[in-house]
Amino acid sequence: MPQLPIALPSQVPLSWYLILSVILFVTGAAGFLLRRNIITVFMCIELMLNAVNLTFIAFSHKLKQVDGNVFSFFVMVVAAAEAAVGLAIILTVFKNRSTLEVDEVSSMKL
Amino acid sequence: MDVVLFLLFASVAVGCAINLVLQTHPISSALSLIGVMGSLAVLYLLLGGEFIAAVQLIVYAGAIMVLFVFVIMLLNAGAEKRPTRKVLRTAVALPLLFTLAGVGAWLAATQTPKTDAVKFGAYTAGPAEVGRAIFTSYLLPFEVTSILILIAILGAIVLARKEI
Repeated sequence: MPQLPIALPSQVPLSWYLILSVILFVTGAAGFLLRRNIITVFMCIELMLNAVNLTFIAFSHKLKQVDGNVFSFFVMVVAAAEAAVGLAIILTVFKNRSTLEVDEVSSMKL
Repeated sequence: MDVVLFLLFASVAVGCAINLVLQTHPISSALSLIGVMGSLAVLYLLLGGEFIAAVQLIVYAGAIMVLFVFVIMLLNAGAEKRPTRKVLRTAVALPLLFTLAGVGAWLAATQTPKTDAVKFGAYTAGPAEVGRAIFTSYLLPFEVTSILILIAILGAIVLARKEI
């Protein structure tokens, strides 16, 4: 095996998984705040849910308990229900307003 | 080997996530999200979550993303018309988000013991373990979840009717 320029640890530290989760979550939050397409905003929410799931699984592995896996299973189920209802709402909004821009669907704003 | 796999799929996940945010067309974003979910499934396998890795691929990358792509096709959603040039909003949001990422990463790096390493195969949660936990100690939440899904189905049907 060729010598790498930086020394890699032989095993992945737990903190790397947590840092990856933080990066994915912040990316999702950035998309949620900055994007204007309602479907993309919705996908960014799914990305944040995935980032949290990674934390659950990482701590489940660290504590050697199955509860983290069960929690992330529940998160997935709730995400599926949320996706079904959310996409139905998007369909209704598009039918009534003919737009997918969140800025143009702001009649509830003060 | 673990480290190489982790670095490979973590960089794929981060790259796809950034691509998701930067793309203007929803279909490109959806494909990037599928990339994120696929690489996260590999990371779940590295962490021993065999059941969750399978569910991630079947439910998330399969069912939910098909729903997304279906809606994008149905609405014929094109690229965002005006590019997001809200300078003030971006100027406020990005430093705050970078601060959040920095603080989170710093906490994760300093608050976990240096000896905590993820050893592949040290712990596996297959369908047997997860199923035993769901149907014994988490039975009530599981049943409540089924009611939640029933309500979600009803809500989706009501919302997607013609006359609203």
